[in-house]
Amino acid sequence: MAKPAVLTHPESLKKPAGPSEFAKHPVNAALSKAEKVALYTKMARIRHFEQRCIRTYQQGKIGGFLHLYVGQEAVAAGTISLLGKHDHIITGYRDHGHGLMVGMSMNECMAELTGKVTGCSQGKGGSMHYFAPDKNYWGGHGIVGGQAPLGTGLAYAVKYKGLKGCCLAYMGDGAVNQGAVHEAYNLAALWDLPMIFVIENNGYSMGTSQERSTAHPGCLAKRAEGYGMAWDVINGHDVYEVRAKTDAAVKRAHEESKPTVLEIFTYRYFGHSMADPDKTYRDKDEIKEYREKKDPVLLFENELLAEGVLTPATRDAINEAAMAEADVAAAFAEESPDPTVADITKHIYWEEDNRGPNSTSRGTIIFE
Amino acid sequence: MAVITYREALRAAMREELQRDENVVVMGEEVAQFNGAYKVTEGLLKEFGPKRVVDTPISEAGFIGLGIGASMLGIRPVMELMFWSFSYVAFDQIVNNAGNIRYMSGGLINCPIVIRGPANGGTNVGATHSHTPEAILASHPGIKVVCPATPYDAKGLMKAAIRDNDPVYVMENTILYNDKGEVPDEDYIVPLGVADVKRVGTDLTIVAHGRAVITSLKAAEILEKEHGVSVEVVDLRSIRPLDEETILASVRKTHRALLVEENKPFCGVDAQIAYLIQAKAFDDLDAPIGRVSSIDAPQIYCKRMEDQQLPHPARVVEAALKVLA
Ligand SMILES: Cc1ncc(C[n+]2csc(CCOP(=O)(O)OP(=O)(O)O)c2C)c(N)n1
Ligand SMILES: [Mg+2]
Repeated sequence: MAKPAVLTHPESLKKPAGPSEFAKHPVNAALSKAEKVALYTKMARIRHFEQRCIRTYQQGKIGGFLHLYVGQEAVAAGTISLLGKHDHIITGYRDHGHGLMVGMSMNECMAELTGKVTGCSQGKGGSMHYFAPDKNYWGGHGIVGGQAPLGTGLAYAVKYKGLKGCCLAYMGDGAVNQGAVHEAYNLAALWDLPMIFVIENNGYSMGTSQERSTAHPGCLAKRAEGYGMAWDVINGHDVYEVRAKTDAAVKRAHEESKPTVLEIFTYRYFGHSMADPDKTYRDKDEIKEYREKKDPVLLFENELLAEGVLTPATRDAINEAAMAEADVAAAFAEESPDPTVADITKHIYWEEDNRGPNSTSRGTIIFE
Repeated sequence: MAVITYREALRAAMREELQRDENVVVMGEEVAQFNGAYKVTEGLLKEFGPKRVVDTPISEAGFIGLGIGASMLGIRPVMELMFWSFSYVAFDQIVNNAGNIRYMSGGLINCPIVIRGPANGGTNVGATHSHTPEAILASHPGIKVVCPATPYDAKGLMKAAIRDNDPVYVMENTILYNDKGEVPDEDYIVPLGVADVKRVGTDLTIVAHGRAVITSLKAAEILEKEHGVSVEVVDLRSIRPLDEETILASVRKTHRALLVEENKPFCGVDAQIAYLIQAKAFDDLDAPIGRVSSIDAPQIYCKRMEDQQLPHPARVVEAALKVLA
């Protein structure tokens, strides 16, 4: 397929990465030193957690699919750092970063990966199915695009209840081609829902480059125009830019109850999942280029060193602590018990777990 | 005869049919340039080019529907679903369109499409990726469903499916992809609707399909060695059409039946088989029909528990001994 003549990419992405043009944006200027350090710490924690997962997987303690977030940290970190009490998030299967950002512990996250009863979903969900509704995190969804209508429903519920909040539904660049996503776009626009669709464009859906999967007028976000929705493109290697531009969408949702589509350009360093040898569909040099020149954690680190917010010593301490925390989580996951056979048939129906005199149904519901 | 894997057998079937009929097209996510998420279609793009072997976006409702439409005009699409679990986003196309078009047109339109891909649990990927929809799909008249358990059957059923003029849904199994078996070098098909006695026995009939056949064969070994019981294992191979005669003949011989499947029990394939046996061989039975299915819950992620949730040889042995008691 021919590439469109004009690509609508973020301006900042067209230049070599350097100090952020968005450092002085009000939403970033308003951050205290401590808040900046906290934001950096969260990004570093995601990085080290994911890298610890690789080891645990290679040791054979995590099975199934493991989709890593390394390289994409600024997307979850930047967007989620803006959210308040009535703001909700939902995403696909590449869901660890979002989980750590909303405040899930490394312990419960790692234990879920090893299928232990101490995991966030008691060993029932796995890597693709993290949930923390107490932290406004509604998963963790394995079916591509399935989260888009669900997120739209969360936005609907927020609006219905008269709360000032919104929902961010994250998806990949491949997911935009699911019918459910388009139906969700239309509903969000038609009903003026406080909804933000976040496309994490990492360039590939499995082994398919974005150009090979998608007919698009220069960028994926622009499809929003067909639904009369606002949209923007964001450099996802710069957490300040992510915050600045997402803030506008959050305000649009909070103040006007209008949806937005954000396309955040980012990159994944590892294969699609641990099962992908990542040898055929992209260049090693391309990965190297991103790692060396556009690494979101490193760029933010440089930013904060230059601002005098971090020193080499505090930076090292933060990273060492994150690594140690991930090691503790791996040990916790290792020592935790498995669910039992009796646990297999729990949590299927609310009513089965809460039998009482007011139950509204009778009869056999779990079969032999 | 060559010894090849289940995966290679499927690939050989597609390859030979691509060669035989220029209207055969292989289509799906990652099937061409990436050589298939599970490498079933490896090398096909290179051999047949991008007109015959086509990568699609992640748009199952769209491309499956497209395949159904193309089949109405004589194309013979072989559509890969990366997992049958993803068929649910295309359910309307798969059930409502492919399954009804011939009937609603009074026989004017045919739909010679094949949809194939893995449909199994046991791989530690959680509830959204572990569905076995053969019973759900086979419950719709207009649709054919097959579940090969061995390389020989995989190739023969796939070739029959591609030549079939109705929609045929082939449920494969990622755990079987590396299993090896003898496959003839010459052209052959396994007709849909013909069961296969995978092990001959006299005391008990086990009816199974898909990987449950392999599990049952292991259990039969144990039953023979440790309990001196002679077990016959009937592999359905095809769910719809169903080979009722082979099932009944076996039960009439052994007088006892145990049904094993990886589905959840409610309205599983075995519910239909149990009905059949009691309706047509009631007087031949010496004991109530036994049954082993997956533990009735969404698929659990924890690998150790998922292995318990699925039928495994020890559970089959235990259930067999009950039927034999
Ligand atoms: C409906 C459906 N089809 C296919 C898949 C298999 N699958 C999982 S992730 C994926 C690629 C998605 O790529 P993208 O949306 O770009 O997200 P990324 O993995 O890059 O984060 C595919 C094809 C699925 N999970 N669900
Ligand atoms: Mg992607």
